[in-house]
Amino acid sequence: MKTEQVDWLHAHFELSLARLCELSGLTETDLRELVECGAIAPADPLAREWTFSADRLVVARSAFRLRKDFDLDPQGLALAIALLERVRDLEEQLRDLRARIPGGGV
Amino acid sequence: MSGVGGGYNSGSMKYKDYYAVMGVERGASPEEIKAAYRKLARKFHPDVSKEPDAEERFKEIGEAYETLKDPQKRAAYDRLGSHRPGEEFRPPPDWGKQFGDGEFSFEDLDLGDLFSAFGRAQGRSVRMPGQDYEVTAHISLEEAYRGTEVTLDLAVPDYDERGLPRRAQRSFKARIPKGATDGQRLRLAGQGGKGVNGGRDGDLYLNIALRPHPLFRVSGHDLFLDLPLAPWEAVLGTTVQIPTLAGSVQLKVPSGTRAGQQLRLSGRGLPKPHSGEGDLFAIVQIAVPSAASERERALYQELAGASTFNPRGHFVEAVK
Repeated sequence: MKTEQVDWLHAHFELSLARLCELSGLTETDLRELVECGAIAPADPLAREWTFSADRLVVARSAFRLRKDFDLDPQGLALAIALLERVRDLEEQLRDLRARIPGGGV
Repeated sequence: MSGVGGGYNSGSMKYKDYYAVMGVERGASPEEIKAAYRKLARKFHPDVSKEPDAEERFKEIGEAYETLKDPQKRAAYDRLGSHRPGEEFRPPPDWGKQFGDGEFSFEDLDLGDLFSAFGRAQGRSVRMPGQDYEVTAHISLEEAYRGTEVTLDLAVPDYDERGLPRRAQRSFKARIPKGATDGQRLRLAGQGGKGVNGGRDGDLYLNIALRPHPLFRVSGHDLFLDLPLAPWEAVLGTTVQIPTLAGSVQLKVPSGTRAGQQLRLSGRGLPKPHSGEGDLFAIVQIAVPSAASERERALYQELAGASTFNPRGHFVEAVK
C-alpha cells in the first residue's frame, strides 16, 4: 500500500489567494469580503498579491460551509467566523491552563 | 460494490426516513422543512456544535434536507413509500429512470448518494469538484514525537463512467511527520471524493488527536508533568530522574522549592514542525506520606517545635 505524504496546515506555509479559494470552495469575491470584514487576515495586508498562512484554510473551509449551510450574508458570516475564532482561542487557553494544573484539573 | 446493469431497478436498498431525521410530518410544508433544518443545523453543524455525534448527525440532516427541499427530489422520494429506517426495500418499477437510463442495480446503493446524483443525469457535462473529507487520526504522544503512519479506511461516494453513484472502499496509509500535536490539521491532496467531468479530486483533511498519556499533559508543543517531592526534598533540594519522551534525564531541584513551581527542561517537549522543540515543565507537588512511623512523627514534632516558619502569615496581613 502506497504511503501518502501530507501537507501541513500551519503558519510556516503560505497559500496564494487563488489556491486558498480553490481549496476552500470560496470565490475570490467571498474571500475578499471576509478579509475586508476582518474575518480572515492575509499574511501581509499591504502586499500587492495577498498570501495566507496555511492554517487559514481551516477558517476558510468553515466559512464556506457555514455560508452554504446557513445562507449567511457576508456580515453575518464574518461575525460567526470571528466568534468561532474566539471560541478556539479560549479553548486553547483552557487546554493550556488544564495542562498546567497538577493532576490536569480533573 | 454497486453494480451496473442487471436489469431495471434490480436489487434492494436500505430505507432512510428523511422526514423522521428532520423531525417533521410527511405532509410538512417547505417552510416547515426549512425551519426544522435551521434549528437542527444550529444544533449539529460540525463547525459550531460540541455534540459528540455532530458530524454524523449533520450529515444525515444535510442529506435529508437536500432531498426534501427540492420538489422534484421530494416527489421521487415520496414515491418510494414509507418503510422502517434501515429496512431493505425495492423501489417501484422504472423508478430508477429519473437517474438516467434507469438500468442499474440498487444493490449496496446508498439512498443519499442516489439523490445527490439526481439532476446530474440531465446535465452530465457539468464540471464538479470531488467532495472533501475530514477524518480524526488518534495517535499516541510517542507516535507524535517520532512521527508515524496511520492506515485510513474510508467509504467514499464515487461515480461510474455514466455518472451514477456508487460507494467505493478506499484504504491507504498516510505518513504523519514528527511535529504534529493535538488539533493539528494536515491535508492529503486529492484523496477525497473523485471529481466529475474533469473537476478536481477532493482532499482529505486529517485532524490529529493525541490520546491521553498517563504522565504527560500537552499544550501546543509543550509537555507538563507532575513532579511529587517529599517535604524534605523540597526544603533541602535534590536531584531526581525525570522521564522524557527521549528517555530519563536528571533534574536538579533547588533547595526551598515550593509546590506549584514549574521547573523547565528546555527542548524536552514535542518537536515543532518547522524547527526547534517545545519544553517540558515539571510541576512541583509536595507529597505527604499517608502513614508515618513513630520515629517519623517524633522527628516532625521536633521540627514543629524548632521551626518559626508560618505558611499563613499573609492571612493576618490581609485582614488587618
